[in-house]
Amino acid sequence: MTRASLAGADASTEVPLKRRLRRAERARQVKALALVLPLLVFLLFTFAGPIAGMLWRAVDDREVRQLLPQTVAALASWDGKDLPNEDAFAALASDVLAARAAGTIAIAAKRLNYTLNGFRTILTSTARNLKAAPERGVAKETLGKINAAWRERATWTTIKDAGGPITGFYLLSALDLTRNVDGAIIAAPPDQAIYREVFTRTFVISLSVTVLCLMLGFPVAYLLATLPPARSNLLMIFVLLPFWTSLLVRTCAWIVLLQSKGVVNDSLHWLGIIDQPLRLIYNRFGVCVAMTHVLLPFMILPLYSSMKAISPAYMRAAASLGAPPVTAFLRIYLPQTLPGIGAGSLLVFILALGYYITPALVGGAADQMISYFIALYTTETANWGLASALGAVLLLATLLLALLYGKLVRGQQVTGGMKN
Amino acid sequence: MLKRKIGQIALGFTAAFAASAALATVVHARDLTIVSWGGAYQDAQKKVYFEPFKKAVGIAMNDESWDGGVGVLRAKVQGGAATWDVVQVESDELAVGCEEGLFEKLDYTRIGGEAAYIPPSVNPCGVGAILYDFVLGYDKDKLKEAPKGWADFFDTKKIPGKRALRQGPKTTLEIALMADGVAPKDVYKVLATDEGIERAFKKLDTIKGDIVWWKAGAQPPQLLASGEVTMTSVYNGRIDTANKNEKKNFGMVWDGALFTLDSWVILKGSPNKDAAYKFLDFVGKAENQSKLSENISYGTSNKDAAAKLAPAVLKDLPTAPDNIKNAVEINVAFWLENIDRLTERFNKWAAK
Repeated sequence: MTRASLAGADASTEVPLKRRLRRAERARQVKALALVLPLLVFLLFTFAGPIAGMLWRAVDDREVRQLLPQTVAALASWDGKDLPNEDAFAALASDVLAARAAGTIAIAAKRLNYTLNGFRTILTSTARNLKAAPERGVAKETLGKINAAWRERATWTTIKDAGGPITGFYLLSALDLTRNVDGAIIAAPPDQAIYREVFTRTFVISLSVTVLCLMLGFPVAYLLATLPPARSNLLMIFVLLPFWTSLLVRTCAWIVLLQSKGVVNDSLHWLGIIDQPLRLIYNRFGVCVAMTHVLLPFMILPLYSSMKAISPAYMRAAASLGAPPVTAFLRIYLPQTLPGIGAGSLLVFILALGYYITPALVGGAADQMISYFIALYTTETANWGLASALGAVLLLATLLLALLYGKLVRGQQVTGGMKN
Repeated sequence: MLKRKIGQIALGFTAAFAASAALATVVHARDLTIVSWGGAYQDAQKKVYFEPFKKAVGIAMNDESWDGGVGVLRAKVQGGAATWDVVQVESDELAVGCEEGLFEKLDYTRIGGEAAYIPPSVNPCGVGAILYDFVLGYDKDKLKEAPKGWADFFDTKKIPGKRALRQGPKTTLEIALMADGVAPKDVYKVLATDEGIERAFKKLDTIKGDIVWWKAGAQPPQLLASGEVTMTSVYNGRIDTANKNEKKNFGMVWDGALFTLDSWVILKGSPNKDAAYKFLDFVGKAENQSKLSENISYGTSNKDAAAKLAPAVLKDLPTAPDNIKNAVEINVAFWLENIDRLTERFNKWAAK
């Protein structure tokens, strides 16, 4: 933009035509921008903004700083070796009295309780029992009498750590890490370290569903692409019909089919194949079946469109040059469907990563994916820091995968996308 | 020519979009909005509270339903454009929301005075709506011998088949301890110790392979009806509704039930505060509350409501003396302090 206006000012060296061209070009660009501007604004407000907000919440840590300001200030100079000095105790006592009067003590307690379980009680009992500001010089003694926790170093490092304004605490928690009393990053205690496992589970389920969708979807897409239009349109309706049915309805239908006295088990029992009902639901099997069913159209459609573009002449040419059918398929047909396979797989995989309703309804307690925990911390326990951190880790992992996919596809440029 | 037109249209469109976005942020007056839990419960409320209230007081109101979660209320209030006025919340939502300043402090003089309500239902931020139980539910048609309590729930030799519990540590750990012989009144004392938590998980280990986990209150009756499980933890009102409306023959065990209260709150900054108080006053009256209990078997908060009920109705309520004598109130303070840690612990255990 600026270069163009500079060029306008320096007209002696410019060819008028060039300038006119540029002007026309700019007018076109402005028009194009005006056309996409509503969408851009909409996306910024509804997509980019909230995501940025989420990422910010994952590191934002200002509650304690706002609610216990004197304590945080007094602890700034504390080296964390022994207990803090008398001033810090006095600061805490006056903060607690002020926060209690303002009715905000529980908010600080809630935040500190994330780091040190039991802090809620420590702080609320202190607030309840501290009637007035302690005399000069006896704050340490007074607080220690009210609650022995004030004589522990860990109590104070917790407050210092939560002093904000930003923190790595939530992100570390999302990766099963924590800081010990000396501030070193260590593994979280084993009974709290679940998120790595949950992330792994989420990726494993998504990957299995993607593979299942590809195995089931590829022949269907091939059939759709090669049948005469009349019949392929009919089949296409069968593919799209579930696509237009509510996710919840399809998930509940699987419950009816797969439960122990459901259609599948009763049929098998009636045929004499089984004596005891098989466990087909409320476990990993049920989750994979239901999710594969729900996501199958997302695999079939990109595959179909890439197969539609492949001319049958190629396979005939391969055959006439003496290639056996398998070789012709592997060397001529399959490479041309790779863009479709890639697009379908990425679409299914990324959609599967965020699945919530289906695993919640047909999975067991050990099949809940990361979305379940994000929802839990967002709505139930209102621990938005941890919810955001889990979301941020998921976002980062997904972006990395998408980048990896981009790299793979670029390295694999094939003739599949031929426009004919 | 045409190109210029398109450009103009695009610019006009952009301007219109910006203007409408600006307009949307201007809050305009709206009717009183009451939010409750949906399902059979809200149908009963519509019948005995909402419709009569509209008629009696002449205030326009509408009702919505929600699935709970203090995070939802926080988003509503902090978002600055809350579309709800009066919400029915669970006890932990009441406690956290009150701490966070999401609710108006109630002026009890406008709703009949504190003395009109049973003590556990009086809270500075909310007033009790119903009292209900988590009970052991089973299908009488399928079990020859009725279970006596949670100990039978964990005894797969005596009563074979799968069981359903609510997913997560809350209610699950209490039930496990009672099954292990802890008296209802001592449950939280035991649970406050590390040994107590170990003990609860050890007990859960004994039937781990036989548990189906439910997440929504509508699931347990469905799991019983389909024969997927032989016993389940369930809200008592759901059992009652299934028996009345779907002609089921479900039974429940009151012994060792976990009870809790739901409360009405007014969201902070509600533009319809006066109407909201009128509503709370209306639903706080004994004669209105007794009608609710006749429609759905939940206890209510007004001291005089029970006296207006027929004995046949009263005996199926959580507030009936026989039913509440060995029940334990879900301890809000304990769960506020421990829910995050125990949720992690529970999921660790579930994944093993």
